[in-house]
This record gives sequence, structure tokens and C-alpha cells, in this order.
Amino acid sequence: MSKLSIRNFNLYYDDFHALKDINMEIGEKEITAFIGPSGCGKSSLLKSLNRMNDLVEGCSINGEVLLDGKNIYDKDVDVNTLRKRIGMVFQKPNPFPMSIYDNIAYGPRTHNINNKARLDEIVEKSLRGAAIWDEVKDDLKKNALRLSGGQQQRICIARALAVEPEILLMDEPTSALDPISTSKIESLVQELKDKYTIIIVTHNMQQATRVSDKTAFFLSGEVIEFNDTDTLFSIPKDKRTEDYITGRFG
Amino acid sequence: MKSKSFEGFMKIVFIICAATSILAILLICYFIFSGGVPFIMEYGLKNFLFGNKWAPSHSPQAFGILPMIVGSLLVTLGAIIIGVPIGVLTATYLAKFSNKKIYRFLKPSINLMAGIPSIVYGFFALVVVVPVMRNLVGGTGMNIITASLLLGIMILPTIIGLSESSIRSVPESYYEGSVGLGASHERAVMTVILPAAKSGIISSVILGIGRAIGETMAVILVAGNQPRIPSSLTQGVRTLTTNIVLEMGYAAEAHREALIATAVVLFVFILLINGIFLIIKRRAMN
Ligand SMILES: Nc1ncnc2c1ncn2[C@@H]1O[C@H](COP(=O)(O)OP(=O)(O)O)[C@@H](O)[C@H]1O
Ligand SMILES: [Mg+2]
Repeated sequence: MSKLSIRNFNLYYDDFHALKDINMEIGEKEITAFIGPSGCGKSSLLKSLNRMNDLVEGCSINGEVLLDGKNIYDKDVDVNTLRKRIGMVFQKPNPFPMSIYDNIAYGPRTHNINNKARLDEIVEKSLRGAAIWDEVKDDLKKNALRLSGGQQQRICIARALAVEPEILLMDEPTSALDPISTSKIESLVQELKDKYTIIIVTHNMQQATRVSDKTAFFLSGEVIEFNDTDTLFSIPKDKRTEDYITGRFG
Repeated sequence: MKSKSFEGFMKIVFIICAATSILAILLICYFIFSGGVPFIMEYGLKNFLFGNKWAPSHSPQAFGILPMIVGSLLVTLGAIIIGVPIGVLTATYLAKFSNKKIYRFLKPSINLMAGIPSIVYGFFALVVVVPVMRNLVGGTGMNIITASLLLGIMILPTIIGLSESSIRSVPESYYEGSVGLGASHERAVMTVILPAAKSGIISSVILGIGRAIGETMAVILVAGNQPRIPSSLTQGVRTLTTNIVLEMGYAAEAHREALIATAVVLFVFILLINGIFLIIKRRAMN
């Protein structure tokens, strides 16, 4: 059974039909890339997977998103627990204006882990997991906003890992970063694959080919094609996919 | 070409306007200090600031303003204790919890509070709070608590307005980061948004202090105005501002100069408060 099943999913911003009848099966410990021109609905779908779209005024949905077979939009689902299970890394690094330590400990503390030794352990493990431990281990009290953009983004990844999510959603996590930070994050994503199911939005097709197992191509709110990354990029079935990946539009 | 000379003309108009306010502040400084400082020199700074006897009609006269300094500080502190928690929580409610309907009603009400003349507040406290206080603690009902309560209410619009805008200016991405980790709305607001708005909130408190310490007409009605150092919170006090207003009408010679010198002290307090305000603002920018 797949980890996440998106079934007949539609999303509207007021009257605007932003996602049209999306169907997708996402397997456990796979990396899925969402590609497509900007404005095609990649972020909208990503946000729908941990219900961050609840925060958007005028946003309504129908259809289902099943996490381990259970619809996350059911009335009895606690969204805070859901978001603990499905973590998110945003396009623009958004560490809190507090120390590196407190940033990482924020999630665990939210979920009632207050034991100092336990927190220390989680902080180290998460920072190591996000490949930034060596850079910050001597300075955990430093304000996270004083780090570089690439470091901030890895702090945000570490912060997301600290609550031990099952799925990690990443919305263009490298679009605000320089090439070196980008490649660090790309190799990090590869390492994380052993433990997490990852969905990454990118408008960079090389990035999709480098990191992902599966790729979904979006256009105007629809999923045009969803397949193994290798297949989708070498023998696209749909003409529009082909046009996009060969750079003929978008 | 014509527009260029017009621009030059407007530039001069702007400079003159800007210069007017600077000139006003310089003139105020000059007259207050030149009127008060000679007296302080003559009477002795220490005797003036730390003398605890104010007796302008005795002979020999005594002009110690320590009771008024203590009075001003006490009622201001009381106002802060009452006004800051209410103000900051109200601002939080307005910015993060209220729905549009409530906001549309609440926000103008608070703006209206800022526009009510202070004497009206004083009158309200005199007819409503003073009798209650008289029943509760006895005496005249005009005491430190009454004045603090009144000032605490009067500084609310200052604290609420500034705190609200600083809470609103916290980037939405912090909020998203927090709820994205599974935090509730309340937790996100209390543990991320409010701390991020800290410097704006502290600025609002400092402006509130400035407002409280400078308030006069309302305080005069309910503070009791006794020029002595109080021994309990249920005693009346006189503040620096009310000291000036109460006696300026009939004061002459040394007495009059002592009152101007009182204004000097008040002015220095206000300068200090503004200085702190600026430092905090500048630190927040970096
Ligand atoms: N909060 C919103 N309100 C109204 N329209 C929105 C909102 N967010 C996104 N949209 C619209 O929905 C479409 C998809 O947006 P988005 O999911 O952000 O695309 P992508 O991430 O692929 O660039 C766009 O046309 C965008 O203008
Ligand atoms: Mg997007």
C-alpha cells in the first residue's frame, strides 16, 4: 500500500479552480519531485498534504488524501498531530529569531519533550541528520538568523527532522540559495531518503533528475504525467511534458 | 523649467516646516533650563532632588522634590503593572485572535480612547473609582492605587496601538514554520510571534511610561496631591507634573523658580525615556 494516496483531489481559491482532479500514489521512502511552470499548482498541492492550506482564506477542497489509508481531511483528524507526521520545509528559509538550539528544540518541546538530556540528544541528532552539525556545534546559542542562507535552510530541515516526521515536504528548498548550498541540500535529500518519504517541489529539472525517484509534471492545475523520473525524462508520453522538459516553454 | 523652480520652492517650504518643530524644541529647552537651572545651582542639586520636605510657604522655605519624584515613579510603575499586561494581551487578541466583526468594533473603540481628553478620564475616576476605593480602603479614596489604575487605563491605547502593529509586522513565515511543526495557533503566537515582536512591544511600554509620567490633569483629580513620601499604597501622592500645576498660579520668586526647576527634572526624565526608546529601536534594526 502506498504511504500517501491522493484521490480525485480538487482545490479552489474562492472560485478559482487551482487543482483539478489530482490522483497520485506516493510510495514509502521514495523521493517524488513536482515540476512544472510557476503558477501550475505545485505549492498548492504540497500545502494540501499537511493541511497548511487550512491557513489560506477562501481555500476549499474536495477529494481525499490518504495517509496510511486514513483521510487527513476527516473531521476526527487532529491537524497538529498530522503536521508532526508530515513536516514541511519552505521555499524561503524561515528559522525562528532565536538560538540554533531553541530552533531545533522547538518542535520536540511543542510535543512535550522537556527533558534537557533528551533535548540535547535530539538537537545533535537532527543537526547531524541535516548535515550541519559540524558547522554549528560550537555555537548552538548563536541566533539562527545570523547564519548564511544555506545554513539557515539546513537548520530548517533539522528543525523539521527533530519531530521525527514520516514524510518531509519541501517547497523549492534551494531556490533562494547559491549553487554550493544547493548541492549540499541535494545530497542531503539523497541521504534522508533511507528514513523518510520526501516530496520536493522544484522548477529546476536537473534537480529533479538528480534527486528524485518519481516525477510529476504539472500544468495549469493538472498532473499531466506522473512516472519514474528516468522514464519521464527520457521517454515522456505526453507532448506537453516533452515540450516542457526540452525547454520549449515554461 | 518652471517645475524645477517650483520644486526648489517646495523644498524650502519643507525645510522651514521641519525647522519649526526643531526650533520649538530648542526654545523649550532653552527657557526651561535657563529658568530652572540657576535655582538648582543656588539651592543645591542634592538638596533639591533628595530633600524630602516641600514647604514653599514656611520660613525658611523648603524645596525638596523627592516626594514628587517618588510619587511620579510610583504611579507610573503602578500604571505599567496594570496597563502593560492588559495592553499587550489586547494587542495580541486584536492581531491574532479576533475575527473581523469584533475587530471592526474594537479597533475604533481603542482609537477613540486615545482621543478622549485626559480631564474626562480624571473625572471618570473621580466619580467612579474614588468612591469605590473609599469603601474598600477608607480615607479619601484618592491614593496611589487610584491614580495607577487611572493611568494604567490611559496608557492602554499607546501600548495596544504600537504592540499590535509590531505583532502584525512579524513575518507570516515564522507562524507557518511553527504550525508546520505541529504547534497550535496559541502556541505559535505565544512562543514565536510575541517574542519576535519583543522590541516593538518594549517600545510601546516605554512610550506608555512617557505618557504616564507626563500626565497631569487626570492625576490631579484623584492622586490626593500630598507632597510627602507615602508610607503605603493607600496614601495620596503628588507627582512632578501636578506639583507644577497646583502652585504655579500663585507662586512667586524662589517658589516660582523651584517649580520651573521641577519642570527641568521632569524634562530630563522624558529625555531619558526617549533616549532608551531610541536605543531599543536602533538595536531592533540591527
Ligand atoms: N492564496 C491564494 N489565493 C488565491 N490564489 C492563489 C493563492 N495561492 C496560489 N494561488 C493561485 O493558484 C495557482 C497555483 O499556485 P501555486 O500552487 O503557488 O503554484 P506553483 O507553486 O506551482 O508556482 C496560481 O495561479 C496562483 O495564482
Ligand atoms: Mg510554488
